[in-house]
Amino acid sequence: MSLFRGRRILAGAMTLVAAAAMTACGSKTTDEGGATGVTADVSGDTVKVGLLNSLSGTMAISEVTVRDSIMLAVEEINAAGGVLGKKIQPVGEDGASDWPTFAEKAEKLISEDRVAAVFGCWTSASRKAVKPVFEKNKALLFYPVQYEGLEQSPYIFYTGATTNQQIVPGLDYLKSQGAKSVYLVGSDYVFPRTANKIIKAYATANGMTVLGEDYAPLGSTEFGTIVNKVKSSGADAVFNTLNGDSNVAFFKEYKSAGLTAAAMPVVSVSIAEEEVKGIGTQYLEGQLTAWNYYQTTPGAANSKFVAAYKAKYGADKPTSDPMEAAYVGVHLWKAMVEKAGAFDVEKVRAASDGITFDAPEGLVTVDGKTQHIAKTARIGKIGADGLITEVWNSGKPVAPDPYLKTYPWASGLS
Amino acid sequence: MTVLFGQLFTGISIGAVLLLIALGLALTFGQMNVINMAHGEFIMAGAYTTYVLQQSITGAGLSLAVALPVAFVVAGAMGVLLEVLLIRRLYARPLDTLLVTWGVSLILQQLARDIFGSPNVQTRAPELLTGNVALPGGLTIANNRLFILALALAAVSALTLALRLTPLGRRIRAVVQNRDLAAVSGVATSRVDRTTFFLGSGLAGLAGVALTLLGPIGPTMGTNLIIDAFLVVVVGGIGQLKGSVIVAFALGVLQATGEYLTTLSVAKVIVFVAIVAFLQWRPQGLFTLRTRSLA
Repeated sequence: MSLFRGRRILAGAMTLVAAAAMTACGSKTTDEGGATGVTADVSGDTVKVGLLNSLSGTMAISEVTVRDSIMLAVEEINAAGGVLGKKIQPVGEDGASDWPTFAEKAEKLISEDRVAAVFGCWTSASRKAVKPVFEKNKALLFYPVQYEGLEQSPYIFYTGATTNQQIVPGLDYLKSQGAKSVYLVGSDYVFPRTANKIIKAYATANGMTVLGEDYAPLGSTEFGTIVNKVKSSGADAVFNTLNGDSNVAFFKEYKSAGLTAAAMPVVSVSIAEEEVKGIGTQYLEGQLTAWNYYQTTPGAANSKFVAAYKAKYGADKPTSDPMEAAYVGVHLWKAMVEKAGAFDVEKVRAASDGITFDAPEGLVTVDGKTQHIAKTARIGKIGADGLITEVWNSGKPVAPDPYLKTYPWASGLS
Repeated sequence: MTVLFGQLFTGISIGAVLLLIALGLALTFGQMNVINMAHGEFIMAGAYTTYVLQQSITGAGLSLAVALPVAFVVAGAMGVLLEVLLIRRLYARPLDTLLVTWGVSLILQQLARDIFGSPNVQTRAPELLTGNVALPGGLTIANNRLFILALALAAVSALTLALRLTPLGRRIRAVVQNRDLAAVSGVATSRVDRTTFFLGSGLAGLAGVALTLLGPIGPTMGTNLIIDAFLVVVVGGIGQLKGSVIVAFALGVLQATGEYLTTLSVAKVIVFVAIVAFLQWRPQGLFTLRTRSLA
């Protein structure tokens, strides 16, 4: 066989690999329920809701836990008699860490399964992919993860933090600790890029220097150069917007390079208790996170939530902010439906303003105008036991401000 | 200056990883001309072997030491199984080996997903390998990277010596250069093929063990690596180990330099453009093997 023939075959091989990578992401795995083709019958005694999370791929490490806590909320509500007297029937779909798959599965849940609401998504890329699907069908999505803000869809309820409830408090904390310069490291997609635009505007207005900004593709595991750049920049702190298990490779490299939390702290906005466990505490001890909820957050509502979660999924399973926000989302939906007296999406939206829930993170209130919720901001430090302990909190719930209208320095952002 | 050396070492260590994942392929694709798309999954098998051993062996250092030979044998055995069951029937039809092994790779990925679950898993690194060596001038060299570099160099040396000096190596080279002549000279070519496949796949297993020191282990980790591995072998020159070695380190340094001056994504583009340009100039790769084979 000639060498050239080998090369032509190889070219074919590469094409096939590329095709495989794409199709593999679209593989179908239906969890529970599945497509029945039957219209959700609200006159019967069940109501279907959709669960749309990545159960495979690079985001599964995070999103599986969100699915688990949504299921917990569903079971709690069902045990207490359901919503408007109807038991919730969850229909699960796997978004497979692939944005077109998310859009396709959202369409399926809405059109085929006729669900009353969908709970899920994690990355902003997945949310941006499903947003038009929900808007076109006038269906409801409850989105449980902190995100970059600058968005407001009438068909999405945002139960995680927007930037003024997480990133801005994170920067305020760094500033209060005397940090004069930061280095930005993030995954290469919409959330980190937008978050970093906001961070740079904040820095300019607050006399902080951004010494560099680097992005790695989602799922990337080669951080040698980025860590070298961070190290030689001599920044006071690193603001980390990496998502998924790239964090594993990043923190392994960070520690190998001799960088420590004491010398150059990293503030992360996408690493919660579950990820800490996965990455390994030896790589993360002493590093900071910005969230609204930790497993260690005090209060009766949280003790109950943590106990119920551990009873269902195992004593070694930690609870985290996105899990809590997802759990809260299901309960808020129930409260909205009951206030509206109907499952009708427009009626539920109209009823949403001012709805409160005694959440594990403390009292949360729905702002009907932005469809975000007021929540307490918290900065935490990762301990040797893998849990995160609060080192600062905002004292009271922070009203959502997705477009940062109350911050003069953010006026140029869009 | 510190940065320069730091980046140079980063490049070399990327090269070491590339070399380790490409080395087995240099044997099965380079020497035997079998396009084995399941090679990435043999890497994954090595990584999961490390993970499984850590469940039963508590010391991270000991489990890593045990994982190296065990992963080699596990991945090697998978390679032999693949060779005996499928590839042996397809030596005359390379395009078919491509499709068949691609199918096998998808099956292995799903199998891994069923056994270990979809979410990626992590292993603990021995305490010794999480630190670094501090050099004068603030330069640090990560121990895990040094370990991988040493492992890659050891593997390439062992393989070179085996091919040059042992009777088995002589038989492998004979089969590569002229299968028919080797056969009439009394070489049991099918046994040689099987052994070559064992060695090549086993090297993928070793690469898998090394990769657990750097990042997460998942069912699709092989897919991400196989293109890089094929590139190294093709650019290096099919059938030439020294080509793979040089190209792995050259691409590593190019990637690290490009990334330092620009961004990670741009650096990838630079590497691919460089490869395309290089193949226009030398389509046969850096080195060519002269054979007396008529095929």
